[in-house]
Amino acid sequence: MARYIVKRLIYIVVTLWVITTCTFFLMKKLPGTPFDPERFASMPQAQQEKVLEMYGLNDPVPVQYVKYLGNMLRGDLGTSFTYVNQPVTGIITSRLGPSFLIGAQAVLIGLAIGLILGILAAWHHNSGIDAITMIIAVLGVSVPNFVMAALLQYFVGLKWGILPIGFWTNWKCSILPTIALSFSATAMVARFMRTEMLDVLNQDYIVTAKAKGLSQMRILMFHAIRNSIIPVVTILGPIVINLMTGSLAVESVYSIPGIGSLFVDCIKGNDYPVIMGITVFYASFYMLVILLVDIIYSLIDPRIRLSKEQED
Amino acid sequence: MENVLEVKNLVVDIRTQKGIIHAVRDVSFSLRQGETLAVVGESGCGKSMTMKAVMQILPKNARITDGQVLFHGKDLSKYSDRRMEKLRGSDISMIFQDPMTSLNPTMKIGKQIEEVLKLHRKEMTPDERRKRVVELLDLVGISNPETRYGQYPHQLSGGQRQRVDIAMALACDPDVLIADEPTTALDVTIQAQILDLMRELQKKVRTSIIIITHNLGVVANIADRVAVMYGGKIVETGDVRDIFYSPAHEYTKALLDSIPGAGDKERLHPIPGTPPGLMKPPAGCPFAARCRQTMEVCEKFMPDFYDQGTAHRAACWMLDPRAKEA
Repeated sequence: MARYIVKRLIYIVVTLWVITTCTFFLMKKLPGTPFDPERFASMPQAQQEKVLEMYGLNDPVPVQYVKYLGNMLRGDLGTSFTYVNQPVTGIITSRLGPSFLIGAQAVLIGLAIGLILGILAAWHHNSGIDAITMIIAVLGVSVPNFVMAALLQYFVGLKWGILPIGFWTNWKCSILPTIALSFSATAMVARFMRTEMLDVLNQDYIVTAKAKGLSQMRILMFHAIRNSIIPVVTILGPIVINLMTGSLAVESVYSIPGIGSLFVDCIKGNDYPVIMGITVFYASFYMLVILLVDIIYSLIDPRIRLSKEQED
Repeated sequence: MENVLEVKNLVVDIRTQKGIIHAVRDVSFSLRQGETLAVVGESGCGKSMTMKAVMQILPKNARITDGQVLFHGKDLSKYSDRRMEKLRGSDISMIFQDPMTSLNPTMKIGKQIEEVLKLHRKEMTPDERRKRVVELLDLVGISNPETRYGQYPHQLSGGQRQRVDIAMALACDPDVLIADEPTTALDVTIQAQILDLMRELQKKVRTSIIIITHNLGVVANIADRVAVMYGGKIVETGDVRDIFYSPAHEYTKALLDSIPGAGDKERLHPIPGTPPGLMKPPAGCPFAARCRQTMEVCEKFMPDFYDQGTAHRAACWMLDPRAKEA
């Protein structure tokens, strides 16, 4: 297990290097510069060069690349062009807070409600709760989260005035965006769990459990849920990543200073260090979550082994 | 000898979208203390449904619509779910056809056996339970029971898993063990081992066994008595010798004829035709359509049982004294 994880971590570093390299050169191909073209052109030649030198942009691109990699290894992602003199790591972490808070809450809510709905729907197959779950599932997958966000904002925030909108001051402000964001996750988890559970309930070992004298409740708790949850874990990775890396749509509806909006702003402004920083961060986060999901997977399902050493 | 289990006029109906399937039609049989009863018949003849009705683990759309299941004289079909739960796995237990799928893949096999004890032997301490499980694994012939205790089903072979199933079923010394085609999914050499094991265990623990099978070799190997089922009905019952040496029902005869003999160079003798659909079961003998001796009466009326000696009965019009005239 430990050896497997170390191996995966090495792969992550290699992948990260490939991603960094590709992004770096592609980014340099983006049209435009970080500077306002008119004002930059109106500067005297000497001043232009000085500005370029200050931001390390007068070196040839390969040299810039090597310098960047060197700094990155030391944990220095540079300073932003637009937010003058602010280190990229600082900007990212400050913007990450709101996105992570909303994302994590949405994942938890989506998972909890999704699992409960899925289990109930399968357990009471073809009943009212089953129908409701399927309606939620279809709506959740087909209604985009910004529509959900706008609806919630209009009714709950504006018309009924129950919860704050448009601010980012206290925890209450995160409730509506969380709900808007969790809707699709709830739907996905519920639909998956329901399908899996229906399948598991038809398995022979459920009949065996019944023949052993287990009550319905015990069959559900000790035999059905664990087996049905295994495939749900696989979709957990994409869900966590989607929700926690910041949704631009939901963040802009609720004016949340999250990382989604930062990413778009920095690409528009050719803020090279921030683009690189967020890309590297997204990539590492993605790969770490996938690794984590794989580990959880192997813990729940004994048939999956992470390494050969466990074999007898 | 006392009857441990007595099924009287059992009727099981399955509701489907196309209509009601009359899967078990007026089935009666009894099981005595310590004996092995084989229930024989082709697929879909109602063998498994009958046994699931006895255990009351019928699928959701199936229901006992008539008849009694008497266990030590008490009618189980009147039992509440809670009372049945107490009985299942403890007094009557069941093992299933496919050991590859009948164990929970995410639970250690030791835990799966222990679950039965936890449920029905509440007085046992965890240590005692663990000891008993290891003992049971040893009893069913699994080597290194201590290590096996902590293993998962996928780490065991099919034969070993069936042994685990048997250990699980015998954990609480049940009065009745129902084995639903316990060897069908296993390879031939393992089949013999499992049958030997069941015979041996029966001597040790004095459990009465009902074995469901369509394999007459298995019947000859293990059974004391045989019930032959066809089209949701029992058509003949008798001691294993009676059934093999003097079969009375035309279906039983055809079934025995279809067994290929050793060194048989001839072609197989299948029974022509297919079993009747049980959505609209025939009014008369269910086998009439495929029978070599069909008479007019066969298709119209269901024959009664005719005694063929002590405890050997068959439901066939050919056995009626009037049949000779026809």
